[in-house]
Amino acid sequence: MRLSAENIAVERGGRAVLTGLSFSARAGAALIVTGPNGAGKSTLLRAIAGFLPLAAGAFALEGGASESSIGEQAHYLGHADALKGALTAGENLAFFAGALGGDPSDGVWRGALQRLGLAHVADFPVRALSAGQKRRVALARLLVAPRPLWLLDEPTTALDAAAQGLFAAIMRERLEAGGLIVAATHAPLGLEGAETLRLGAPLGAAA
Amino acid sequence: MSGAARALFLREWRIARRIGGGASVGAVFFLILVTIMPFALGPDLNLLARLGPAILWIAALLATLLGLDRLFQGDADDGSLDVLVNASLPLELVVVVKCAAHWAASALPLVIVSPLFGLMLAMEARPLALVALSLVAGTPALTMIGAIGAALTVSLRRGGLLMAVLVLPLAIPVLIFGVSAASAASGGAAPFATPFLMLCAISLAAIALAPFAAAAALRHVRE
Repeated sequence: MRLSAENIAVERGGRAVLTGLSFSARAGAALIVTGPNGAGKSTLLRAIAGFLPLAAGAFALEGGASESSIGEQAHYLGHADALKGALTAGENLAFFAGALGGDPSDGVWRGALQRLGLAHVADFPVRALSAGQKRRVALARLLVAPRPLWLLDEPTTALDAAAQGLFAAIMRERLEAGGLIVAATHAPLGLEGAETLRLGAPLGAAA
Repeated sequence: MSGAARALFLREWRIARRIGGGASVGAVFFLILVTIMPFALGPDLNLLARLGPAILWIAALLATLLGLDRLFQGDADDGSLDVLVNASLPLELVVVVKCAAHWAASALPLVIVSPLFGLMLAMEARPLALVALSLVAGTPALTMIGAIGAALTVSLRRGGLLMAVLVLPLAIPVLIFGVSAASAASGGAAPFATPFLMLCAISLAAIALAPFAAAAALRHVRE
């Protein structure tokens, strides 16, 4: 499986954020997107997920299911955790599993929470959890529904060192199983052999 | 696909029934609207009985629409709209399922309590039954039309009032046929069946068409 981008251009609010961007990412290797604030990292991930219209160019997922869009084959994990505070961690994950085409049975989401070291908070409402715990519940979403492409925007925000190590191990496992990861980050994710895509300074900044 | 629809319905239902979900507040708001009417109109029982169907319908309209402004905004705020857009369910069906859950949690209680509240307006048994029946047929249309407004105002911080301004004019046909069906028993202008069937037709058309409008608005507004 291979994700390729051909001459991508994206505008937001009349301003060209990305222009003439081409790259490719193959299964089994992570693509790390770096660059200063405002360089368009989040924009790129949201464009791949299909949330933003492309001014030019196209993305292609070779080896994917041709009848679904790239977004429907991807987990998009943005800055927001997408969790409902009134529901328990388990109810949130059961919803993600059902809505994203996974298995919503108890065993699956309990296993995912256990993997992220959160088995003890499964039945607490999410609003009672700390920021780092919420982030870990959000990351558990990646494990409850199998989707080949992971689009991660600053995935390790609010995580402590142990949880960052844990998540690096989960990502490595995923890559070995043939997954495809595109991650935007400032902090090192602990992935060896990852390719890096460096986006330039924002347009309008002093050269 | 049906698994995704079930998961979404269950989630919406749970959120609505939890504290702060707003489902029960709608019924209390309905009660308050009905209660203040006799204070404004005076204690003339004949007048209240004659205006009863209209009062109940206006109260149901406002209670339904005011609860709808957060239909998509909560999901937009916490990022779960991104999950819904790429769910294994087309966005149009996501809208239908969310509206169905909202209707079951918010509008159905209004229908159930409307005969009780109608008693406070000195209405007879038959008009009470017809009001409840016309509300069952008409509130789905209100929910679906309101969903379009909720989708259009999803990116606005204080979109509630704008949503009401957008949606209330569209709800006028529902109100006309609803009240006219409900007042048929107490000597209204038309027999019951004609406005009631029009009401059913409006609801069915809204269920069929509004999801496309709301989904298009959600896709466009978020860009």
